[in-house]
Amino acid sequence: MTNAINTDLFNLDGTLNIERIREDFPILYQEVNGKPLVYFDNAATTQKPLQVVEALTAYYLNDNANIHRGIHTLAERATAGFEATRDAVKTFINANEREEIIFTRGTTEGINLVAATWGATNLKEGDEIVLSAMEHHSNMVPWHMLAQRTKAVVKILPMNDAGELLTEAFDTIITPKTKLVSCVHVSNTLGSINPVKELIAKAHAVGAVAMIDGAQAVSHLDIDVQDLNADFYAFSAHKLYGPTGVGVLYGKRALLEAMPPYQGGGEMISDVSYESCTYNELPYKFEAGTPNIADVVAFKAAIDYVHSIGKPTIRAYEHELLDYAVSKLKDIEGIRLIGTAKNKVSVQSFVFSDIHHQDLAIILDKEGVAIRTGHHCTQPLMGRLGLTGTSRASFAFYNTKEEIDQFIAAIYKAIKLFR
Amino acid sequence: MATINEIQDQIIDDFNLFDEWDEKYAYIIDLGKKLQGIDPKYKIEENIIKGCQSLVWMTSNYQDGIVHYQGESDAIIVKGLVALLLKVLSDQPAEDIAKSDMYFIDKIGMQQHLSMTRSNGLASMVKQMKMHALAYQSTQA
Repeated sequence: MTNAINTDLFNLDGTLNIERIREDFPILYQEVNGKPLVYFDNAATTQKPLQVVEALTAYYLNDNANIHRGIHTLAERATAGFEATRDAVKTFINANEREEIIFTRGTTEGINLVAATWGATNLKEGDEIVLSAMEHHSNMVPWHMLAQRTKAVVKILPMNDAGELLTEAFDTIITPKTKLVSCVHVSNTLGSINPVKELIAKAHAVGAVAMIDGAQAVSHLDIDVQDLNADFYAFSAHKLYGPTGVGVLYGKRALLEAMPPYQGGGEMISDVSYESCTYNELPYKFEAGTPNIADVVAFKAAIDYVHSIGKPTIRAYEHELLDYAVSKLKDIEGIRLIGTAKNKVSVQSFVFSDIHHQDLAIILDKEGVAIRTGHHCTQPLMGRLGLTGTSRASFAFYNTKEEIDQFIAAIYKAIKLFR
Repeated sequence: MATINEIQDQIIDDFNLFDEWDEKYAYIIDLGKKLQGIDPKYKIEENIIKGCQSLVWMTSNYQDGIVHYQGESDAIIVKGLVALLLKVLSDQPAEDIAKSDMYFIDKIGMQQHLSMTRSNGLASMVKQMKMHALAYQSTQA
C-alpha cells in the first residue's frame, strides 16, 4: 500500500525531516541571481517531487499507449495507470464512487464544465447564483458568462476586513431564488478557510446546488466531499505537487447523470450513427478525446507523496512557518497584513503604503526570493479591499524558517533601496 | 544635441561604473523619484500602457520634426526605466526615433525588464514611443 506514512521523511522525534524531504524536490537546490532560491509562490503552483517526475518518465518510457480501447498490453497498462489515479482521487476526497471523478485540465475547466452543462439546463431568467466576495476569476467569470446567457443574477456573499465570510449574511443572500452557490474553499489571496460545510447546508436548505472551488484547499486540508455534502468540488493537480494540465471535477452521480455532455468526440460516446449518437456512461461522458494520460498517471505519485507525510503533519508544519513569517512581517515598519482570518492556511498577503508590489517583487527576485504580486486574479476582492494588488508569500511543507529569514532580509533590503 | 546612440553610449558608460546590481537599481529608483511625471490632464485611459502589475502613462507632442515625450508609472522601478527611455528618445527627430535600436537596455543588464510577463515591459513602451514617432512622421509627409 503506497498510502502508508514514509518514516524515512520523519526525524526520530516524529517531526518532519525537512532536509530529507527537500532531497525529493531537486528544483529547490539552485541559485537565482547568485542567491539560494527561496520558493514562496506555492499557492500559484507547487513544486513536484522526484516521485512524480519519475512516474511521468516511466510512463513514457514503458507504458505509453492510448487508453480504454486498445486490446494490447501497453494499452491495458496505460489504462490501468490512468484508472488507478481515479481510484486514488476517490479515496483522497472520499467520494462515494469512482464514477464521480471526472478528469479535466484544471479547476477552471471543472467550473466551466458545470456552468456550461448543469448551468445551461437548470438556470433561467431571474434565478440567482451566489458567489463569495473573495472568488478567483475562475469561479466568477464562468458564472458571469452563464448569467449573461440565461439572464440569471449573480449575488455576492460579503466578508469582513479580516477576510472572513459573514455567516450571518448567508440567510439574507441565499433565498429560494438561489439555484446555485459556488464558493472558494480557501482564498488564494487571503488564505481564509471558508465555512463551506455550513454554506452548502444553507444552499441545500433552499434547494440550491453547491459547488466548491478547492484549488487552494487540497494541499492543506483533509477533503471529504461526502462530509461536506458538496454537489461539485473542483481542484487542480499542479497545486497538489502533481503535474500541470490535470484537474479533477467531483460531482454527485445523480447530478452528473442528468447533465448533458460538455464536449463531443471520442471516448464520450456509446454509439454513433450518421444521424445521432448515444453517450457513454460516467465518468467517460465528460472526458471527450484522448485525455492527458501521462500527467494523470503521474498525479497518483503526488497523492501518494502527500499521504506519505500526512495532511495533519503538513498542516501543523505549514502553520509553524506561517506563524513565524507573520511574527517577522508584522514588525516591519509601514507594512499592512492583508488576510488575517482566524482560520487560514499558510498564505500571507501584505502591502506597503509607500512601496509598489511590483517594485518589491523585482528586488526580492534579485535576492533569490520568489513571491507573487498583483491582483492574484481576484480583482473584485482587490476592489473590496481598496487595493490594486498585494504581495503574497505562500508556504509549503518543503519550506524552512531559514528561507523565511532570507525573505525578511530581502524585504529590509528593498525598503532600504526604496525609502 | 546628442544623438540617440550617443546618449545610449553615455548611459552604458554610466552603468559600467556600478559593480553591484543594487547600485544599478538604486540609480534607477533615483531616476524614477526625480522624474517629473506626466501632466495630470494626460493621465487618461487612452495614454495608459496597461500591465498586469503596474500602470504606465505615455504621451507626446510634436514640434518642428522633434518628438517630446512625457511618461510616468505608479511603480518606481518602472518609472525609473521610463526616465531612461525619455532620456534616450525624447527631444529627438521623429525619423531617428522610428528607426532607433534600443541596444542600451541589454548592455546595462535590464533585459529582464524588456518583456517578462508584463505587457507594459520596456519592449512595449519602446514600441509605443516608436508608433508615436511614426504617426508624426506620416503627418509630416
